[in-house]
Amino acid sequence: LLVVASIIHKPSVNRTLSLSTMLSTRFLSRTTTARFTLARYASTLVVSEPLLEGGIVSPATQSTVTAAQQVSSGDDISLLIVSEQAPTQVPEGVSKIYHVACGDLLSETVAEAIKEVASASSFEYIVAPASKFGSTVVPRAAAMLSLSPVTDVIEIVSGDTFIRPMYAGNALAKVKATDATKFLSVRPTSFEKAPLQDVTMDVEATTVTPFTKSKWISEQVSKSDRPDLGSANIVISGGRGLKSGDNFVLLEQLADKLQAAVGASRAAVDAGMVPNDMQVGQTGKVVAPDLYIAVGISGAIQHLSGMKDSKTIVAINTDAEAPIFSVADYGLQADLFEAVPELTEKV
Amino acid sequence: HCSKYKVLIHIIKYTPYQLIMKILVGVKRVVDYAVKVRVQNNTVDLNNIKMSLNPFCEIAVEEAVRLKEQKVADEVVAVSIGPKQCSETLRTALAMGADRAIHISTDLRTDYMELQPYAIAQIFQKVVEQEQSDLVLLGKQGIDSDCGQTGPMLAGLLGWPQVTFAANIETDGKSMTVERETDDGTETIQIPALPAVITCDLRLNEPRYATLPNIMKAKKKKVDTLVAEDMGIDLTPRNEVLEVFEPPPRKEGIMVDDVDSLLDKLRNEAGVIE
Repeated sequence: LLVVASIIHKPSVNRTLSLSTMLSTRFLSRTTTARFTLARYASTLVVSEPLLEGGIVSPATQSTVTAAQQVSSGDDISLLIVSEQAPTQVPEGVSKIYHVACGDLLSETVAEAIKEVASASSFEYIVAPASKFGSTVVPRAAAMLSLSPVTDVIEIVSGDTFIRPMYAGNALAKVKATDATKFLSVRPTSFEKAPLQDVTMDVEATTVTPFTKSKWISEQVSKSDRPDLGSANIVISGGRGLKSGDNFVLLEQLADKLQAAVGASRAAVDAGMVPNDMQVGQTGKVVAPDLYIAVGISGAIQHLSGMKDSKTIVAINTDAEAPIFSVADYGLQADLFEAVPELTEKV
Repeated sequence: HCSKYKVLIHIIKYTPYQLIMKILVGVKRVVDYAVKVRVQNNTVDLNNIKMSLNPFCEIAVEEAVRLKEQKVADEVVAVSIGPKQCSETLRTALAMGADRAIHISTDLRTDYMELQPYAIAQIFQKVVEQEQSDLVLLGKQGIDSDCGQTGPMLAGLLGWPQVTFAANIETDGKSMTVERETDDGTETIQIPALPAVITCDLRLNEPRYATLPNIMKAKKKKVDTLVAEDMGIDLTPRNEVLEVFEPPPRKEGIMVDDVDSLLDKLRNEAGVIE
């Protein structure tokens, strides 16, 4: 059986299957059901973001499952969900769910859940979204598992080789992970969202040792009907040129007409015009919509890093020398206080 | 011997019961934020490039110094890992108000190419254990490696509470209430008792400029040196950087004259609007 296994699973990358993996019942049952494929068999744990209202996984989680399918054989993807409510819709491609029914919203508890589930089974890959949520739980869980994660992956080259950006995206690194279990976080904008399906697969109720040295007190979330900034098709962002938070209403009016999300540059957040979760940039959100309209934004390196993968970029600024024009497909040198209302009216 | 004993009893009797908070702050020497790096010879060329204190580490130092000024902390120790020029980075932290510094000397690159967060977190763990720190303040990410891993990794190794992306910290010296940035707003976490690891985000504070008198005072403050390679930690990167390259450049765009021509292009050329 081992000989058969090694012929079938001829890896196209430098990767050897551990003896324990080859002898595990899951692996053996795969080979005996005659899956004569050259794809690498790899069991993968995807870490879900907190569920949305109604028990639906987030768009970032959908993209993460796509990444998990790309890096592994896709045969065995489990989804770890830590939430009080039961999941109702998860991405296609997930064959099993570990549900930790826990109202505790602490990152330490989520990291503990990852550690406990990963320690109980043998996963080749653990994949999470590279959001604030992911970047808070992944390194803690990795340290607890003695793993060195590769974070912000934007491209999967092979089963152990990934591309990640550095220096505000001005340098890309091709990185080879050498840990036996590859722990990754992936940029949602780099992977298509796997479509949703109803939960029909095996849901394993899982418990976790709660973390008691911190207490979650409350959250302050601005509810909006606008699409989620990280996954919207159109984003309109404002910068220092807006001069005050009140003026952002001009962008909101345009966003309402275009069904767009509203973002901001770091300068606008720094100046207290808008909250931090609207920040687009190297140290904010990375977005890649079909259309990005930068209004009153000069285009500092750090901002470009968060939006330069957008399909079409428009810039509106009075300063013809503003660096934003170097990445814009269409640049309009104009006063935003006239151009934006005109655009809103005519769109 | 007898008089030392008397002094010790005196100290124990008369030290007011308060948390003597020792803060450890990480300060990373990175490429200055205004520099657009160039990729050459399969790496980022750092020769003759302006280096600075990582902006988020600067925010961490500022917060530590404020906690000292509020009299809830009594010592701020700044730590930097890197070549001998890290002494400049540490002097900046000392000039801002840190009490003393520790330089972990290494010639390994700290921008992910050689030394990576897993090893860095282990180095910090050793220093924290040696210093018996109560609070570790780090920047949320280094603007060179863009990893943002060291804080939560260190907290995981230590088993300590962690709060990342801190936007506001309130403390009475014993417990801490931290407001942190999340993907869709903010949330508030309480840490009933230290020790803890907190990583600092943009809105936490606005760092002070070091005044000239403080820069001069900083020259007299103590800087200890340890050698990274002698700390008994495996510094080899678990993730090998095989290649470094620049992203493909964007196709050059055009300027349009007015809103009408912009809409025309968006509707008919780019096809992103109906």
